[in-house]
Amino acid sequence: MINTALVSWKAFGPIIPEMFLVCIGLFLIGLDVFSPKRRELLPWLTVIGCLAALVMVAGEKNIVGFGGMIIADSYASFFKIICLLGVILAALMSEHFRRTEGLKQGEYYSLMIFSAVGMLLMASAGDLMVLYLGLELMALSIYCLVGLPRNDGRSAEAAMKYLLMGGFASAILLYGISLVYGLTGTTDIAQIAKYTVTGNLLENPALLAGLGLMIAAFCFKVAIAPFHFWTPDVYEGAPTAITAFMSVGPKAAGFAVFGRVLFTGFPQFHDQWGILLSSLALLTMAIGNITALSQTSIKRMLAYSAVAHAGYSLLGVLSGTAEGLSATMTYLLTYGFMNMGAFAILVLLASPGKRRESLEDYKGLAKTNPMAAFLMLIFMFSLTGIPPTAGFIGKFYLLKAALGAGYTMTVIGLVVFSSISAFFYLRVVRYMYMSDPQENIALDFTPGISAVLGIALLGVLGIGLLPGSVIGQAATALLGQ
Amino acid sequence: MEAMYIPKEYLAILILLIFGVLFGVVTLYVGRFFRLSRPYHEKLIAYESGNDPTEAPRMRFSIKFYLIAILFVVFDVESIYLYPWAVTYDRLGLFALVEMFIFIFLLLAGYVYAWKKEVLQWEK
Repeated sequence: MINTALVSWKAFGPIIPEMFLVCIGLFLIGLDVFSPKRRELLPWLTVIGCLAALVMVAGEKNIVGFGGMIIADSYASFFKIICLLGVILAALMSEHFRRTEGLKQGEYYSLMIFSAVGMLLMASAGDLMVLYLGLELMALSIYCLVGLPRNDGRSAEAAMKYLLMGGFASAILLYGISLVYGLTGTTDIAQIAKYTVTGNLLENPALLAGLGLMIAAFCFKVAIAPFHFWTPDVYEGAPTAITAFMSVGPKAAGFAVFGRVLFTGFPQFHDQWGILLSSLALLTMAIGNITALSQTSIKRMLAYSAVAHAGYSLLGVLSGTAEGLSATMTYLLTYGFMNMGAFAILVLLASPGKRRESLEDYKGLAKTNPMAAFLMLIFMFSLTGIPPTAGFIGKFYLLKAALGAGYTMTVIGLVVFSSISAFFYLRVVRYMYMSDPQENIALDFTPGISAVLGIALLGVLGIGLLPGSVIGQAATALLGQ
Repeated sequence: MEAMYIPKEYLAILILLIFGVLFGVVTLYVGRFFRLSRPYHEKLIAYESGNDPTEAPRMRFSIKFYLIAILFVVFDVESIYLYPWAVTYDRLGLFALVEMFIFIFLLLAGYVYAWKKEVLQWEK
């Protein structure tokens, strides 16, 4: 029987930002349907709404709600900030992007907001069912976003592939959850850890299988090899602004649940998942970086680089320490900035009817557009991991954390494969600075795209030069947990 | 314990399953003695939500049927959800009333959206 004393308005405390975002999303749909002439406002309203949610999220301090189903702690709010930043930057980028691609659908922005709600729920999920719900809300919205340019065969193909693969991943996740639930009798993540000890489940193969299935599904969401096969096709086919969004938001949310489930739910199994993830990380870094070498399309190259970076980020998680997890969190934030920046250049260069995604299009960019070329140079340096950019700091902390936990082989892998990655990132720089321009591209620095580039540059250099603040933030977020 | 474990709690589900299968099989079988059999071409083709089922796989097809169906499902689920709410309403009080209004509002928003997008117009 329901105890009515438990049901009160205060129960909504932990999900106020999510509820607020749902209202914004509905409002945007309404605006689009009832007043189509004001569509120009949509990206800006999205940005304002997400900024407000960002403020709310940043102010959250360890509230547990709905009987432990929602945990709005500082760990969650760090990831939520990354996701919301992703939405804000993607919305600003889309403001420019829709002019070149002729995307006018109003659903675009509300879908983006709904997927952000899913990510926020994932980040603060204290229960496997909430986690699944958030994951589906995020994924379903993104399937639609990928396929939104419906007359573009490439997008349709990408959406179809993503939907099918995502469906499989969801099924695998549910199967894993059902095994865990069957053995422990609970879907509460913290209770699972307690029950594995009291219920003598530490040696249970079925529980391990359940954990393995869940890890496989999470690996799919964050594009860890061998579950990465969808990534290049989907990233290439999706509208560029959405690709940028997909490579930041869902990835951060995916790592948030990775950390929550492994660290809170299965800490006793670190011996098993540590080994498993370290081999997956090695494989991912190898596949991502080596395949990226032979790409001639920058968008596809960035897709493989997204795979490689998921591998790097995994290093912090697999180390199983708070230090490692805070390194992963920092890395995801820096990756968000530098990847958004690189995609923003891609969006900036595109003009109606010409996507300019191939390496050839970047020939001599430094002569025709020194500003854009210089920004791209910084983002490429950061993605490679060259100081004083954020990418270097991020990799350094990951390396330190994994070394501290004794994963020497994986660390060697990180170093080797990042030096391989220098080849394809710096090749872009070489094309821009050491070749002659083929055409004179007139770039249009609209307010939206300029804002994205500014924020990304600030983030990349800010974290690169003053790393202490972000690391400190991530560390306190964890210790406060 | 391992050898003697009988999941009694699931017995009801097993019985329901058996009855469910029997219901289908028996009614179909018994119905054969009473119903008329007048097959013609349109009746015999596979049912495919208002679409001709045999065409090239890569064609574009109308999704009107699916939209109507999904709208129906949404409100169908809503009405199922209303039952337990109505039964326990006395105990839940104002809080539940507001909750239900929020729930219905969210569904209505979707309905209005579909309406405005001319989903309900069968012929355009």
